[in-house]
Amino acid sequence: MKAAVVVYPGSNCDRDMKMALEGVGFDVTMVWHKDAELPQGLDFVAVPGGFSFGDYLRCGAIAARSPVSQSIADFAAKGGHVLGVCNGFQVLTEAGLLPGALLRNAGLKYICRTVGLKVETTSSVFTNAYTQDQVINIPIAHHDGNYNASADEIARLRGENRVAFSYVDNPNGSQGDIAGILSENRRVLGMMPHPERAFEPAHGNTDGKPFFASLIEAMATA
Amino acid sequence: MKARVHVMLKNGVLDPQGEAVRHALGGLGFDGVQGVRQGKVIELDLAGDDAEKAKADVTNMCEKLLANTVIESYTIEIA
Repeated sequence: MKAAVVVYPGSNCDRDMKMALEGVGFDVTMVWHKDAELPQGLDFVAVPGGFSFGDYLRCGAIAARSPVSQSIADFAAKGGHVLGVCNGFQVLTEAGLLPGALLRNAGLKYICRTVGLKVETTSSVFTNAYTQDQVINIPIAHHDGNYNASADEIARLRGENRVAFSYVDNPNGSQGDIAGILSENRRVLGMMPHPERAFEPAHGNTDGKPFFASLIEAMATA
Repeated sequence: MKARVHVMLKNGVLDPQGEAVRHALGGLGFDGVQGVRQGKVIELDLAGDDAEKAKADVTNMCEKLLANTVIESYTIEIA
């Protein structure tokens, strides 16, 4: 199974993402943002966390317009699986692959700690190794993770069972406690928390490992 | 010619930075500040002298990059 991790100037969770994907058996290629083409025969694309382009203009805004991002949109349009974590989530919303936007945390502080996440749906390749309403502990590390969308959009996400994860104790003011959402075809997931930082025993927590394990299993059986 | 773009969070979108500024103003004794909204100003230096075209171009720039119309609104001045 082949995965790509996209690297923008300022990405800083790209190698953590690579380690987690390799840890479950993906063959991982790092793709620089100026590469207009993704590698052939890809099964999965991950947009990692960090501070792409220094968060200039808006978090993820410049990255969402770089050459590789159009290729990611094309890949998703063809039914490809895409994950955006933290800054990657911001990039995917800015690129229009996921609805809504991420604003400055309501408390204005950068927050870096492990939080409880409720698994809101098991109906996706990212979440099917968990049980419905299971609470997992995953680290967050962001300044702009306050999920915002219109009331209609939130209702639609809920109605279509597209909220993947919600915060048990909302740290950042996100509407509806939303921590991660799925695209209409359930193959694109954006989330602020970092499952790749809860992958191996050395992290002190392996709650993120099933996330990656189920991903490759789904790809292998697809 | 110059264009100036004002980008603001839409009404109804909580602006925690504006709220913090309002709070700080109150702490400095400026009573009566009922609300603060913080936005940004982007100045563009444009080639050509066709104001109509400049306005159309800058509108396109706002829609594609300068503003995130999910949460922000913008106004354009051409001078």
